[in-house]
Parts: sequence; C-alpha cells; structure tokens
Amino acid sequence: MDTKSILAQAQAAVASASHLRALDEVRVAYLGKKGALTDLLKGLGRLDPSDRPAVGAAINAAKGELQDAIEARRVIIEQAQLAKTLAEDAVDITLPGRRGGEGGLHPVTQVMYRIEALFVGAGYDVVSGPEIENDYYNFEALNIPAHHPARAMHDTFYFGDGTLLRTHTSPSQVHTMETQAPPIRVICPGRVYRRDSDLTHSPMFHQVEGLVIDRGISFADLKGTVIDFLRKFFEKDLAVRFRPSYFPFTEPSAEVDVQCVHCLGAGCRVCSQTGWLEVMGCGLVHPNVLQMAGIDAEAYSGFAFGFGCDRLAMLLYEVDDLRLFFENDIRFLRQFN
Amino acid sequence: MKFSEAWLREWVNPALGREDLLQQLTMAGLEVDGVEPVAGRFSGVVVAIVEGCERHANAEKLSVCTVFDGEVHSQVVCGAPNVRVGLRVAFARVGARLPGDFKIKKAKLRGVASEGMLCSAKELGLGDNHDGIMELPQDWSAGTDLIQAMQLDDVTVDVDLTPNRGDCLSIRGIAREVGVLNNLAVTEPPGKSVEAASDATFPVHLAAPDACPRYLGRVIRGIDVSRPTPYWMQERLRRCGLRSIDAVVDVTNFVLVELGQPMHAFDLNQLSEGIVVRKALEGEELTLLDGQQVNLDTETLLITDAQGPIAIAGVMGGARSGVQADTQDVFLESAFFAPLAVAGTARRYGLHTDASHRYERGVDFQLQAQAMARATQLLVEIVGGTPGPVVERSSQEHLPQPRPICLRQHRLQALLGVDIAAEQVDQAFVRLGFAVVERSVHDSGVSWQIVAPSHRFDIALEADLVEEICRIYGYNNIPSRQPLAEVALKEVSLEAHSEAALKGHLAGQGFQEVITYSFIDPQLQHWVDPGQAPIKLANPMSSEQSVMRTNLLAGLIDTLRANRARQQDSVKLFELGLTFVPQADQLIQAAMLGGLIWGRRSRETWHGASGLVDFYDAKGVVEGLLSWAGATGVSFAPCEDPILHPGQSASVMLDDRNCGRVGRLHPQLESQLGVDGIFVFEIVAQAAIHRPHRVYAGLSRFPSVRRDLAVVVDQEVSAAAVEKVVRHALGEVLVEFRLFDVYVGKGIDSNEKSLALGLTLQSRDATLTEDTIGLHTEAAVDALRDAFSARLR
Repeated sequence: MDTKSILAQAQAAVASASHLRALDEVRVAYLGKKGALTDLLKGLGRLDPSDRPAVGAAINAAKGELQDAIEARRVIIEQAQLAKTLAEDAVDITLPGRRGGEGGLHPVTQVMYRIEALFVGAGYDVVSGPEIENDYYNFEALNIPAHHPARAMHDTFYFGDGTLLRTHTSPSQVHTMETQAPPIRVICPGRVYRRDSDLTHSPMFHQVEGLVIDRGISFADLKGTVIDFLRKFFEKDLAVRFRPSYFPFTEPSAEVDVQCVHCLGAGCRVCSQTGWLEVMGCGLVHPNVLQMAGIDAEAYSGFAFGFGCDRLAMLLYEVDDLRLFFENDIRFLRQFN
Repeated sequence: MKFSEAWLREWVNPALGREDLLQQLTMAGLEVDGVEPVAGRFSGVVVAIVEGCERHANAEKLSVCTVFDGEVHSQVVCGAPNVRVGLRVAFARVGARLPGDFKIKKAKLRGVASEGMLCSAKELGLGDNHDGIMELPQDWSAGTDLIQAMQLDDVTVDVDLTPNRGDCLSIRGIAREVGVLNNLAVTEPPGKSVEAASDATFPVHLAAPDACPRYLGRVIRGIDVSRPTPYWMQERLRRCGLRSIDAVVDVTNFVLVELGQPMHAFDLNQLSEGIVVRKALEGEELTLLDGQQVNLDTETLLITDAQGPIAIAGVMGGARSGVQADTQDVFLESAFFAPLAVAGTARRYGLHTDASHRYERGVDFQLQAQAMARATQLLVEIVGGTPGPVVERSSQEHLPQPRPICLRQHRLQALLGVDIAAEQVDQAFVRLGFAVVERSVHDSGVSWQIVAPSHRFDIALEADLVEEICRIYGYNNIPSRQPLAEVALKEVSLEAHSEAALKGHLAGQGFQEVITYSFIDPQLQHWVDPGQAPIKLANPMSSEQSVMRTNLLAGLIDTLRANRARQQDSVKLFELGLTFVPQADQLIQAAMLGGLIWGRRSRETWHGASGLVDFYDAKGVVEGLLSWAGATGVSFAPCEDPILHPGQSASVMLDDRNCGRVGRLHPQLESQLGVDGIFVFEIVAQAAIHRPHRVYAGLSRFPSVRRDLAVVVDQEVSAAAVEKVVRHALGEVLVEFRLFDVYVGKGIDSNEKSLALGLTLQSRDATLTEDTIGLHTEAAVDALRDAFSARLR
C-alpha cells in the first residue's frame, strides 16, 4: 500500500477510536516500532536514492499528519470522558449539606455587643462588676441616703445581711471613680434586678450605663453623645428630645425620648400613639457623687446615662414581650441567629 | 398625683389647649402618665325635678315617678331606693345616649310606661356609686344639660412626679409650676380667715422640736358630722382620685389636694390634757384608724395625749381619737414635720398615705397657717361649729433656714455648654420666685446669691440652680456637641480572648446562648448542688425565684425542659454568667461557662440517622473549647460529683488545677427531672478566656513517619494512662499520639481491650532511619509492657 492509502486507513482508524486505549492501538499500529508508516520508512533504503527524499518527505508528512490527528482525537476523547465523568458525579445540589447544629448568640447579648462596639470605637472602656452589692455602692455613694424617697423608684431585692442585688450598674461607675483618676470614659453593661414583672418589666434585666468625667464636660456634650448613640444604634436619623427629670446622682437630670423607631413619629402601638419612646435617663454627675468618690467637683465635671438593653433589643427586633428574652425558647432565639 | 384640669385652670389659665398644656407639663419634668375623662360619653341627660313618686303596683322595688325637665312632665319607672319627691335628678330623656352607646327608648316596665331614665353616677361614668340615683344640688334648674351643669368637659390628669418635686403635690403647686412655665401670675382662690368665735383651745407641747418644729392646733366645737359634703367638693375630690368619706375627712383631704398641707382632725372629747409631739417610748402601741394595731419603735414620731399615742405623726391617725358619726367637737392639726423624721416611717409600718407621701418629700414649712384658715372656713361652712383661736407652737431654730445659694455665670455656662446671658438668668429667677439677695459682676461674669422660696426645699446647691435655669431655658434649646478627649491608645491584652469570641466559638459549634435567671427555685438548686446552701433573697417575688444559683445547671436544665416540651429533639445550650457561692467569710461571685447537650447529636438528615449525644460529645466540646482558647496542660480526671454519673463524669484539669467538670447527670437526678441523657459541662470562664502568650517553636525540616501499634491491655487501664506512658517513653520525637480504635471482643480475653495507637515520629535533626524508628517503637512497647503488662496483638 502506498503512503496515502495507509494514511487514509490510519485516519479512519483514529476517527473511529472511541477511547484512549483504542487510540493508542492505532498509534502503535501505524507509528509504533512495527507500525505501518514506520515500516514504510524502513523500506526507504530499498528505493532509488533519487526517489528517497521525496518519498521520505511524504512519509514524514503522513506521520506528522497522523500524529496531529491522534492528538486532536485524544483531546476529543478526553473531553468526552471528562464530560461523562462530570455527568456521572453530579449530585442533587438542593439536598441539604452536612453541618453542625444551629447555634447563635442571645439577642440581648447581640445588642450589648453592638452597644459596646459603638462606645469602644469612641474610646470608652467596658467595665463590669459584681451583681450582689452593698448598700453603699448601690445607694449611698450615689447620693441616695437611707429613707430617700428615690429608693422607692428602685424596688430592691435584699438579702438579710444588708447586701442586695444591684438595681442598676451604677455601682460599677462608683468603683471606677474610686480606682481611676479622670479622665474617665466607661460603659458598664450587665445584669440588674428590680422587683417588677409584666410585659415590659422583668425582675432581671440588662443595663448599660455610661460615665464620662473630664475637665469641661457639659450638658451639651451629654446631649451630643446620647443623640449620636441613639441614631447610630438604630441606624436612623431619629429625633431625640430631653425632658427634665430627677435622679439623685445627676443634676441636671433628663429623661430621653427618641422618635418612635417603628412608626417614625406617626403614632402606633409601640409608642402608645405618642410618636415617642422613653429610652434612657441621663444627666450631669451630681457634685456630691463626685466628691464622695474623691474627685474635685470644681475642677472636673461629668455626665452619666443609663438605659435598658432589653428595651433597646425589643425595639430593634420588634419583640413585644420582654419576658420572651428569658424564656429561652429555642424557636425564638434562633430567629436572631 | 391626680388632679382636675378644670380646677387647675381656676388657679392659672394659660392660653393653651388641653394637649399643649399637658405636653408642657411633661416637657417641664412633670410627666403626664394618664389622662381620663371625668365622665363617660353621654348626651341628652338634663337636670330634672321629681314631682311625684308612687309605688309600682306590680313591683315592690320600683317606683313610678313624674319628673319635670323644664319643658315637659314625663312618667318614669325607677328602681332606685333613694328616689323621692323634690329631688333634683339626672334625667336621661327618650333619645338620650348613655356610656356604652346605650340608647334610651320608651319602655314598659311591668306594664307601666316609662319615658326615660333617672341615672346613677355609675351609669354616667361618674364614679362607682350605684347605690341609688344621683342627688343633684337643689339650686340647679330643671332642663339644664347635665354636662354643662356639672362642667364635665374636664379630665383627670395623672402626673408622675419625681421625688424632688414634692412642691407639686397639690393644685397650688402645679398651678405655680404652670405659672412659671408660662410667665403668668397664679390666682389663689379667695379664702377668708375665720376669726375665733370662742376662747376654746387645747394645749400643745413640742417635745421633739427637731422632728416637729411647727404645730398648729385649733378647736372647733359644735359641729354636725351628719351633714353631707357638698356636691362640688365631692366632685372635685373624685376628679383628683379621692373618695368622699364624711365632711370632716373630706375637708382635710380637700386642703391636702388644694394646698398640699396634710391635716388631721381629732375628736376633741377623746383627747385628754394636751397634745405632746414626741418620739415613741419603748413598748408603746397604737391602733390605727384602719383598725391595724402596731407596735411602735422608738424612732417613730408620735402625736400623743396624756393617755398615750393618738397618731403616727405625718402618717396616720389612731382609732381612739378619730372623728366618729357622733363627734361634736374637733381638734384640727396642721403641722410641719421634718422630712427626715417621717421618711422611712411609713415604709417601716407598711403604710403609705397621702400625708406620708408629702411629708417624706417635704411640705412647705410656711403653709400651716394658711391651710388651717382654709380648713376652718370650709368646715364651718359645711358642718357648722364655733372655732377657737389657732394655737401655734414652733421652734424657729429647728425650722428650715433659708440659706443663700450662689450661682456663678461662668459655672452655669461651663456646665450647660452654652452662653446664657445674665439677663436671662435674672428673668428666670423672677419667674421662679427665687429672691436674689446679692448680684455681683466679676471678670468671670455675674454671680448671684439666691434664696429659694419655702416650697422649693429641693434647692440647696449651685447644681440645683443650674438645673432650674436649664429647665427654664429649655433642655431642648441647649446645643449638642461631641465631647473632646485625648486620643490615647488603649491596652489590648496579649493573653486574653474577648468574651464575645468565646461565645462566637460555641455558637459556631452549634450551641445556642441562653440567659437564665440568677435567682432560682430552691428545690432545683438543691438537686443540682446538694452540698452547698445558697444565699436566699429576703424579699423574692416568688418562691420559684428565691435563692441565688451556685452553678449554672439549674437554668440550663429548666431551659432544656421547656424546649423539650416544645418538641425539640436536639438541644445544645450554653450560658456565661455569675454564680454566687457563699463561703465562710465571703461570697464568691464567679463567672462560669455552663453548657448542656441533650437528644440527637445532629439533626435528622438524609445522610443517615444520627445517634444520641453521649459523654464524648460533651467532653469533645470542652476539649475543643480549651484547645481553641489555647490552653495547655489540659487533662481529665475521674471525679466524685454527687450530681454526675459516677462512671461518665470527669474533672477538667488545667495544669493539675481543677477548672471545671463534664459528664452525664446522675441517673437519680435525671429521674427526678424526668429527662434522660442530659450531658453538661461547667468551667471557670476565665479558663477559656485566658490565652497563654505563644512564641514560635520552630518546624522540623525532616519527614515524619507513622507507626501503628495494636496493644492489648487490661480493661481497667485508662486511655490517658497509656498515652502518658508512651509520651514519657518517646519524649520529643513523638510529635503526635492518636488513639484510633478501641476493640473489645473476639480474639482477646473478656477482661481485656485492644487499643490501636498511631504514633507519628519526627526528629528535629535528621531523617529517621528504619533502625531508629524500630528502636522507638520497641521502647514504646517495652514501656507499655512494664507499666500495664501490655502485649502486642
């Protein structure tokens, strides 16, 4: 057979090879040591020397052509095989994956951390303290002497020995003032306790109180801080108003109302149709409190504020019953994961 | 404090609508807590006169009346016991609408036609009185619309007063505040002082002048207590939340609400010799007006006569000297008790009265004479009688001494953060009625010496004046700005995780954080910590929340039980919080991290059913947590914990220090709880938060090799002991020890087990040769043989 016919025959074989082994057999049959085209080359010596270059070139060309064909075919076969494998390996990607359980942080914790992040970012320290306190740190040091009518504002849990469950995290502020010289910038998050239980009160709840003491701290600084906090906490440009109020440990004292985060002031169930939500108490630190903690009330001034985290969590997450936070129904908790 | 808007407006009437007025009060710090209309919604009710009244022929309790409403005479069937000829009544004509959208139609009652209805107070939403129909004043003319006649376009306003504003606990006080806010004068209603018409007096002696520096008494003889309180006074009291009792009590209550001065009336004929105001003596007792008998402590200030106590000063009168239906002569008391003398007294005796509420917060010490005059005038008008002269005993030195307080303009401006002109301060003091006794100008601005009026006993310091100026200036007119501070970097510990990261790690492991109460049920507390007495609340809200937790398990268990009841089948919880452990001389408040797992290991999926959690799930969580935290030297030791399963529990050791426990609840406890298979862990939070600082230890450049051994040991031999022996025998070259199989069964003795150990060996200095590897393996086997008579399988 001549080169052309062999090539044609080989090409046909290549085209019909359906897998790599068959293709390799074709290669061996034509290009291997005993292959048909190899044999032709071996036969060159028998030809007239003048014909050899041309015939040799033709055989080499045929070899090259065949190699290209084999390579092209190999790619096709490999791709087909890959496609087949891929198809075989395909899974139902809609079936659920293997995973660990569903865990998460309690919504009140999430709110606490959010609050902490906002204040820590502005240079505040976070301090915590014991939950069972004595009368001095919970009341006396905060300008609430025994028999002060303001004690009725804090329905307190007592132990028989004069200790009590802190009714606010203010004792942590007193500890801070006693141990740290101004400037002071702290927030005190934590559990607090009051004898009260209904839709919006729990005998245990969470407070964050803040305290800033430095030279030249004013009511304007307090307002700026509180307004900034509320807007950044809710990520809304809410109106905020301050009403005169009374806390024995601050003067002037204020209650802070924020525009209802739910209806934005139009009036709804959440704000009892008033358009406003009472969210925190604040004021300039009372000079008696500074003096009791050993801080010169003429040289320094400060502000303090305090609010319930659970209340803010209720507003942020649109939860209508405070007690849900402490029932720990997993179905409830998972909604915040 | 509840007050009637209409009454307030008689004192001061700013050009503000109702809503604006109430808003103004709230924004001035007198927070309006509630607003209630003084009557239900009704129409078509007029004043009418009962002209005829006959028994109903077919009904014993009904009367058939003829009433005249100024235009027509109508026949009305009425069931009230007090209906009678000549009465002025509230008559709902046919077509009237009563509260509850109740329409009055023509009707027949037991065969008799009735055209309209005679109303009780309750039926018109005017209180609870439903004993009979309303009896209106005789001078009201028939046909007048009742809403007009009674001035029912009024509301009861409830203001939530802060403890410093005792001066606002009266109509006069609120009027004064409204006057200040609107820069209006307050008109006191004309009160005339009643001259003494007899010489009758009753002696008064102040034996504790520091506690009672002023006491006014007055005798009024020949009163008639049976005379009713006039309608207008009853109605005013009702609109201020007070019930009418009898004319004498009503008058003292009226003065209390109107002026803010608590008063008391004694039956003069029950008093002997004279009044002595003194502290109680040891062992004295008093039966109070409400019938309660109290043992008095020596801190208590009393009003006494020769026979003993007749009242707890400023709190409540005694039964013996109380005014009765047949009382003819009274002794009226109008006193000033020092707030500190009364503060706490009411609470000590479990009493809270309108009087104690005011005395604790402070009553104007200049008010007593005016109140006495007002009460005398009203009493004489209503119940008659002949007043004697007012006897006043006072101790000037013990009365509050008005003391000048200084306000410095520069201080005011620094504290408020705004420049306030001196003239604005001057004006504010005028409005507040604060007397400026000295005003001086310095380089740093003006300074004022102020004397506050006697009703503002809350004003004692410069800060109090700053607050008042701020209030008048308007809190919302103060600018807001950000405080300036030095930008100093804060310390960040190299050796601590954040609590947030710790919680995040557990959440990532499928644990749900819970927050449970710190006070718990004593029974459950006892179950989870039988050896430790918890501390008890003296005044818990309920017995289920009466002791402080000594560990976190009770809350976790309760949460499991609640969720299990809601069909959860896989529960993984954790809590980070304080526990309260009383020790000999102190209370330890330690932060603990507690966890609980129960039920399926993972949720049921198509990958195959998962088993129930077991000890190793719980232990794995603790191991993983401590490894995440970076703790070294962690081990688990057998423990004897009364609440844990003795064979499935361990102490968590950190460098041979006990830092927690892990295990299954004791089967006995599980059966008490009614839940099986509860695994818990509890570790000292600090153990997982502390993170030892690390330094780079280098890496070997040489290959590692692994050799597996199967060794047979006695069942008793613990895995940890095997590991310890192998580690000790091989030292540094053993870079990883893995126990990958535990086999019990065919091929070995029943009291033996086979452990499959994977040892990864690596040298820092050279590639390990087969010979060296063989020596190491042999060393391990020899050591195990020596220690446990172990053999290769």
